[in-house]
Amino acid sequence: MESVKETLTGPIFKNNPIALQILGICSALAVTSSLKVTLVMCVALTVVTAFSNLLISSIRKQIPGSIRIIVQMVIIASLVIVVDQFLKAYAFTISKQLSVFVGLIITNCIVMGRAEAFAMKNPPLPSFIDGIGNGLGYSVILIAVAVIRELFGAGKLLGIEILPLVTEGGWYNPNGLLLLPPSAFFLIGLLIWGLRSVRKEQVEKPDFKLARHTAVGEGA
Amino acid sequence: MEHYLSLFVRSIFIDNMALSFFLGMCTFLAISKKIQAALGLGIAVTVVLAVTVPLNNLLYTYLLADGALAWAGLPDLDLSFLGLISYIGVIAAVVQIMEMFLDKYVPALYNALGVFLPLITVNCAILGAALFMVERDYNFGESVVFGVGSGVGWGLAIVALAGIREKLKYSDVPDGLQGLGITFMAAGLMALGFMSFGGIDI
Repeated sequence: MESVKETLTGPIFKNNPIALQILGICSALAVTSSLKVTLVMCVALTVVTAFSNLLISSIRKQIPGSIRIIVQMVIIASLVIVVDQFLKAYAFTISKQLSVFVGLIITNCIVMGRAEAFAMKNPPLPSFIDGIGNGLGYSVILIAVAVIRELFGAGKLLGIEILPLVTEGGWYNPNGLLLLPPSAFFLIGLLIWGLRSVRKEQVEKPDFKLARHTAVGEGA
Repeated sequence: MEHYLSLFVRSIFIDNMALSFFLGMCTFLAISKKIQAALGLGIAVTVVLAVTVPLNNLLYTYLLADGALAWAGLPDLDLSFLGLISYIGVIAAVVQIMEMFLDKYVPALYNALGVFLPLITVNCAILGAALFMVERDYNFGESVVFGVGSGVGWGLAIVALAGIREKLKYSDVPDGLQGLGITFMAAGLMALGFMSFGGIDI
């Protein structure tokens, strides 16, 4: 039971797919300007990762090594098509807002990365749980970024007003930059900084180290 | 002609694949430590985009779009839901063929690009460009221009970032920001810079 918990919660902080493994950044940056869209994206990605891991893992012994990437690609693409059609049918406006990013789950490195690194070597059930865990790790970062961007950029969360805007007679002057693309880079950069200050072992080694300043002599 | 020029400039600067749509970010951040490697990858992406976007455009117009199969006597068929799987198939196939072709006929180029080609299949800039092409209803000519333009734009962005990172490694960065963190900050500032192209229209 211990190992199940480890597979599920490990990717959330200790081995986070976005902050540590630099996987799946594209959508993390692009869809986070509103919380609602982000939540849908997180659910979609978690579902796809979990089921692609499950399916790939259950046929892992039948997949010939030389064409495994194509096989994985076909399974992932089919799952994404299902999710895409589902969103178009039941959440059309959100699917329009997500535009191409649902389709881009196919090339999201988290899905491929987990299929290749975990599902090809482990039995179906742990793979399924690993998929959910990594989906959650991705969701944690995305939701954190989306909350900051929507709350301080538009004064709202899920479309409900939290900080009354100046333009509507309130007191909060929104920070428009947060709704623009570049802010996502800064926020994720800061999040990584925060995460690595707590978990020092994740800090990368610098290529060069400044030598200590030493005085050559008196008056030099 | 003017329309195509405008689209070209637009896809390089204003709608830059990397900095305003965040496509191909994984490779963008991973392979931007050295200018040489970044340049190789930029060229490879441009070539692949210039081939796959028009190919996918033909595939969409003549096979997948609503009513596209009228020439085969099936006017009511709408296969657009098969889009995703077909585009990724085309991309994977083109990359594979290109790898074999370069290996046989242009070994010098193959040695320069070799390691990057397999990476390109899973680069979301390529699939993203195909999806944007469908979403924005480009015709064949526009898709050629769009493919080349967005490749050049992506290449420009990664080479610029690599230049910044080559300088950055001599700077004294706070521990937690080392590596990935500071790269995000630099990319964010670049994105701000590229936003200033916003109003340009030819």
